[in-house]
Amino acid sequence: MTPLMLVADDFTAPGPSIFDFPPLYEGAPYWLTKPVLMALFGALVVCAVAWSAFANPKLVPRGMQNVGEMGYQFVRDQVARPFLGKDAERWMPLLLSLFFLILLWNFFGVVPLIQIPVASHIAFPVVFAVVIYVIKVYLGIKHQGLGGYFKNMMFPPGLPKPIYVLLAPIEFLSNLIIAPFTHAVRLFANMFAGHLILAFFSMVGFWFLFEKLTPLGAGLGVLGVIMTIAMTGFEMFIQFLQAFLFTMLAAMYIGGSLHPDH
Amino acid sequence: MTMAATFLAAEGESPLIPHAYELVVGSFAFLVVFLVVGKILTPRIQKTLAERTEAIEGGIKKAEDAQAEAQRTLEQYRAQLAEARQEAARLREEAREQGAQIKAELREEAQAEARRIIEAAHAQIEADRQQALNQLRGEIGRLSTELASRIVGESLEDEVRQRRIVDRFLEELEGRPEAVR
Repeated sequence: MTPLMLVADDFTAPGPSIFDFPPLYEGAPYWLTKPVLMALFGALVVCAVAWSAFANPKLVPRGMQNVGEMGYQFVRDQVARPFLGKDAERWMPLLLSLFFLILLWNFFGVVPLIQIPVASHIAFPVVFAVVIYVIKVYLGIKHQGLGGYFKNMMFPPGLPKPIYVLLAPIEFLSNLIIAPFTHAVRLFANMFAGHLILAFFSMVGFWFLFEKLTPLGAGLGVLGVIMTIAMTGFEMFIQFLQAFLFTMLAAMYIGGSLHPDH
Repeated sequence: MTMAATFLAAEGESPLIPHAYELVVGSFAFLVVFLVVGKILTPRIQKTLAERTEAIEGGIKKAEDAQAEAQRTLEQYRAQLAEARQEAARLREEAREQGAQIKAELREEAQAEARRIIEAAHAQIEADRQQALNQLRGEIGRLSTELASRIVGESLEDEVRQRRIVDRFLEELEGRPEAVR
């Protein structure tokens, strides 16, 4: 930040405060903020799009059904089947809802006027991660028994005995505490950082080209605009990747609880 | 993580602390999407995809059946054709054999006929010859007797007379053509 401040002494890079939103209008309830509204709007859009694609599916697909099927088959072939095998179809409702909703919420980060990835507020990834965590533990105990679940988790067979002293607590921690935490934080942090980067570069462009246009700063402003465009493209890739990764990890956790050997 | 949290908290509310109302809204949004997309819509598309797979597999099965049927019919026709060819060959062979047999029979018959005709001719010739010989023998006997009686009846001292008798006899012989032939 320091070199920028030398060029224009009152330029301040956007910080975490850009994620703080006041209530939408004067007198609105405190919880009715832009991210909340966008979360609800996103859920509505996902439902509407999915409805237009799958409400009345035809044997020979047409229009939106083609698009929807592409999404469905992507989740089924790339996420569900590799980790769930023959149980894939049974878990598709959960995985498909998860993937579509996260993808659209992430995508809001680059949609003009909306420009806030919903998952950059950690509460939303936490909801998904908790749901998956509860399902994971429930299925694990149901399919392997209470003792079996912890035994399979903490004492994988085929290792020398002293190793277990070290391995058992690590496995316990990583499976039951760290995994759900990173599951939520990975999505949150990517969206948070991505939004911060976009905000920073667009702020640079705006500041040096409009607010304080100087011969020296103009180049920097142009660079900021170019970087904003480039990072928007990159961010779209990250948004997709994180939605995919989150859903994939969910499938992996569920699959691991159903079939402890694999 | 604690350090980051404190650092961020310094500038305002920590972004790592979830807002309670956002947890509620997030849960509600996810529940709605899960009910609509997961519970209502996903089974529909799953059913359609399964039906499509079935339709395609059914179509393939039908085509395979039709092909197998066609193959079976072709085999049948080929077998029938081979049978017919064999039958034709057999008939041709039989006809050839029959023809050869008929030809041999006819030839034999013709030869027998020819032999019979030749034999009949020989018999006829032999009979004619025998008859001619018999007739000739009778004629010669009669002529000899006649000549002898003439010679014995006339005086034979005179040589001139003798000659005359002989000439007359020969002249008479010449005058009777049926006797010579």
